[in-house]
Amino acid sequence: MSKFRSPVGSKPHTAALYHVLVFTFGFFMVFPVLWMISGSLKTNVEIVSGALTLIPRYWMWENFANGWRGFAGITFTTFFQNSLIISVLSTIGITLSSSLVAYSFARMRYRGRKLLFTIMLSTMMIPGQVVMIPQFLIFHNLGLVNTFVPLILPAFFGGAFFIFLMMQFMVSIPKELDEAAICDGCNKYTVFFRIIFPLLKPALITTAIIHFYWAWDNFMGPLIYLNSPRLFTVSLALRMFADTASITDYGAMFAMSTLSLLPVFIMFLFFNKHLVEGINTSGIKG
Amino acid sequence: MSAISKSFINDEKREKISRIMNTDTVAGYIFALPFILGFLGFMLIPMFMSLYYSFTNLTLGRIGYEWIGFANYERMWNDPRFWNSLGVTFRFVFLSVPVRMVFGLLIAYVLTRKFRGVHGYRATYYLPTLIGGSIAVALVWGQMFQRGGVIYNIIEMFGFEGIHWFGSPTLAMIPLIFMNVWQFGAAMIIFAAGIKDIPETYIEAAAIDGANKLQIFFKIILPCLTPIILYNLVMQTIAAFMTFTQAFIITGGGPAEGTNFIALYIYNHAFTWRNMGYASAMSWILLLIVAVVTGVILKTSRRWTFYVNE
Repeated sequence: MSKFRSPVGSKPHTAALYHVLVFTFGFFMVFPVLWMISGSLKTNVEIVSGALTLIPRYWMWENFANGWRGFAGITFTTFFQNSLIISVLSTIGITLSSSLVAYSFARMRYRGRKLLFTIMLSTMMIPGQVVMIPQFLIFHNLGLVNTFVPLILPAFFGGAFFIFLMMQFMVSIPKELDEAAICDGCNKYTVFFRIIFPLLKPALITTAIIHFYWAWDNFMGPLIYLNSPRLFTVSLALRMFADTASITDYGAMFAMSTLSLLPVFIMFLFFNKHLVEGINTSGIKG
Repeated sequence: MSAISKSFINDEKREKISRIMNTDTVAGYIFALPFILGFLGFMLIPMFMSLYYSFTNLTLGRIGYEWIGFANYERMWNDPRFWNSLGVTFRFVFLSVPVRMVFGLLIAYVLTRKFRGVHGYRATYYLPTLIGGSIAVALVWGQMFQRGGVIYNIIEMFGFEGIHWFGSPTLAMIPLIFMNVWQFGAAMIIFAAGIKDIPETYIEAAAIDGANKLQIFFKIILPCLTPIILYNLVMQTIAAFMTFTQAFIITGGGPAEGTNFIALYIYNHAFTWRNMGYASAMSWILLLIVAVVTGVILKTSRRWTFYVNE
């Protein structure tokens, strides 16, 4: 072991100092999150006054009930349902479609493959704003604005990041498995469904988690495509909520903000390893 | 008799078809089909459409539109709000991306040491990145930097005068930059993986030769990380150019357009004022700018990136 990697052992006070520094900085990092969670239980006066305390003076559990009522007679039950429908369906779409494309790029040798692969990589660098307007016009002309279709359908055509991630993973699956399966009477299609797809499970889980989280957080898509409050996702509802109720009820807004992050927190706790792995293999921006 | 031969021919045909279907080319294209269709339908065709629309006065909700040549581009040239939004965006990119990368790199370095609890710390530092893009955090952030908010109080606690961030076009950018830098987690994780990949022998050899920690960091670790730095730099720069949600939620582009990022300005022209033609022209200019900036980064990178295998 080199000196550089473990400078602790010999000097216990260095280790203590290290922990104090790293912990303090970490505390400041998560302070806004803690402040939000505690704010969900504070009174409006306490939030607006910018009190630094993380423990509420009065525990306002009713913030959650007040917030859940939503606006325009639509409760957050609807908003959570909408977010869930969009996130789950688009996640299924992106996971299946990306695995198909990754199989093609990773296992087949054909003319045009390199070109397609290069195109795929370059789509990662094209700003969404360029295609946002015409995409909207296409869906507008098809009469699909103010439905979930524009938010779900594109996911069924693969995502460059995830294709890349799955290709990286497929490289580690020995080709002999494919060959053995073909000897046993499989063809290219059954090899995918019987051999590759089941073995791809870790990469599929990583993709599903990251995409679910993106879809859950997505704001610009719902903002552009959804007009009626009945179809709003949680993030869109939060924004409208803050717009209409900002002066009166911060506590409720913080309560709903906290709840909106709950799925992300839960995923973070259970799938932290998968997330880190995904970021490492493909460099996905979190 | 004829029925038998017919079925025989059919069998032969079927076998031929299945053989063709099973070639790499056919199977390859079939499996790649979702991407090909998606690329055409959601990328290539829309891009050409927006290029075409950028030469028209297409307005959402108005039937019909005319070809107006370069009028949109001329309008852009004479539009002070467009130039302002470009300036604001560039300032944001140049201030937030380098700071975010330095943080990501330093913290990654600190957290690759073998201390107990390093994994817990890394997860803690990653948390802001995970939730930072959400509306919830943007709303909270805005509240924290309000006049009389948490940050205001902290500054006053240290005996300085509280700052009214959102009262000035120059200062309003700072909470947004903070928010961007705060989310250094993804860069950190990529850097941490890169540091772990550096062969132990390099560092040991340097240590034996009498290099101190600082020298090891600048002469060994940093050069080995240059390909990763390049990758992070490109991706983070592109993402920073697209910044929308924070400005939309926290400042609404104000005050006095001090945070009117180009993505926000394009959004407003397209969807608030319904000037689809003008917005298309601006989004093409944005694409060109991002392409040029990326190109410059990649071009200069040859001089400062170092590949271990070479």
